[in-house]
Amino acid sequence: MSFLRFFGKQRSAPLARERLQILLAHERSPAGSDLVSLLREEILAVIARHVQVDQDKVCVKMDRDENVSVLEIDVELPLDAVVKAA
Amino acid sequence: MAKVVVVTSGKGGVGKTTSTAAIGAALAQRNERTVVVDFDVGLRNLDLVMGAERRVVYDLVNVIQGDAKLPQALIRDKRLETLFLLPASQTRDKDSLTPEGVERVINDLKKHFDWIICDSPAGIERGATLAMRHADMAIVVANPEVSSVRDSDRIIGLLDSKTLKAELGERMEKHLLLTRYDSMRADRGDMLKVDDVLEILSIPLLGIIPESTDVLRASNIGAPVTLADNRSAPAMAYFDAVRRLTGEPVPIAIPGDRRSLFGKIFGRRAA
Repeated sequence: MSFLRFFGKQRSAPLARERLQILLAHERSPAGSDLVSLLREEILAVIARHVQVDQDKVCVKMDRDENVSVLEIDVELPLDAVVKAA
Repeated sequence: MAKVVVVTSGKGGVGKTTSTAAIGAALAQRNERTVVVDFDVGLRNLDLVMGAERRVVYDLVNVIQGDAKLPQALIRDKRLETLFLLPASQTRDKDSLTPEGVERVINDLKKHFDWIICDSPAGIERGATLAMRHADMAIVVANPEVSSVRDSDRIIGLLDSKTLKAELGERMEKHLLLTRYDSMRADRGDMLKVDDVLEILSIPLLGIIPESTDVLRASNIGAPVTLADNRSAPAMAYFDAVRRLTGEPVPIAIPGDRRSLFGKIFGRRAA
């Protein structure tokens, strides 16, 4: 086992530490998870003003790490979407 | 002045009950009048770990509901006369704990004891929040493992918001007790190190309890770790933790660090 360890497997503790630091930085900010649902609701409201869209077809995701934060918004419009206003 | 201490963790199976029993016994061994209180209604185990499971007649819920007086429910330890146990109910559900009832019992216990050690159930539900509600200080038990550290972080957040002390705008004293620590695995980079956990959780360290067969052995025979074999590595780590709890400045030693050369070369596990 230890033979394999020296040549194969990487140390896992540094990865555990890094994952925890990123996760907890996110979980500790009380706005963190709420922000996403708030954005989701408002974005949905704006789109719904112009296009009929399914509640479940709007996906808002936020990814954060030490260097960059990404806000990903994925809206699936139905093919026969009724455009309410030009 | 009685001190109310909650032993909590969020995650289950990290050593809350073991630590409650070991710390309670260690305090009583110093002649402090100590009671350990089991808040895990429905899943009590502190009685078993203390070796008092056959002596339970009344429990915390009986006292809260007025079916028994506090002295009737308190079980005096057979080995230490300053150590008492207030068991949880095994048959009721968690809702039988009421905030008013718990407050009354804690205030009663304060009149008779120097230390009230509350063994919290796992989770963040009613039982856990009531166990921490009246605490003056908290011992957060964690393993050097990602899910335990994450849950400890969550519990620290609750200690700072959901306790009486927090609501009064006072500072809740929190201490980390790192259990099941294996310094060899940490040295090899296969386990989070003490400093990693401390940096992530940023609360002061109360002690490091080494991974050891003595802990299972103690629970097998129904004795707190500090009574089963007071020279064992985990027992000595608990004694050090208790000295720190009482305010003595005891330097932190990482258990298993002083290994012989033989142990360093051939040993696979620290004691």
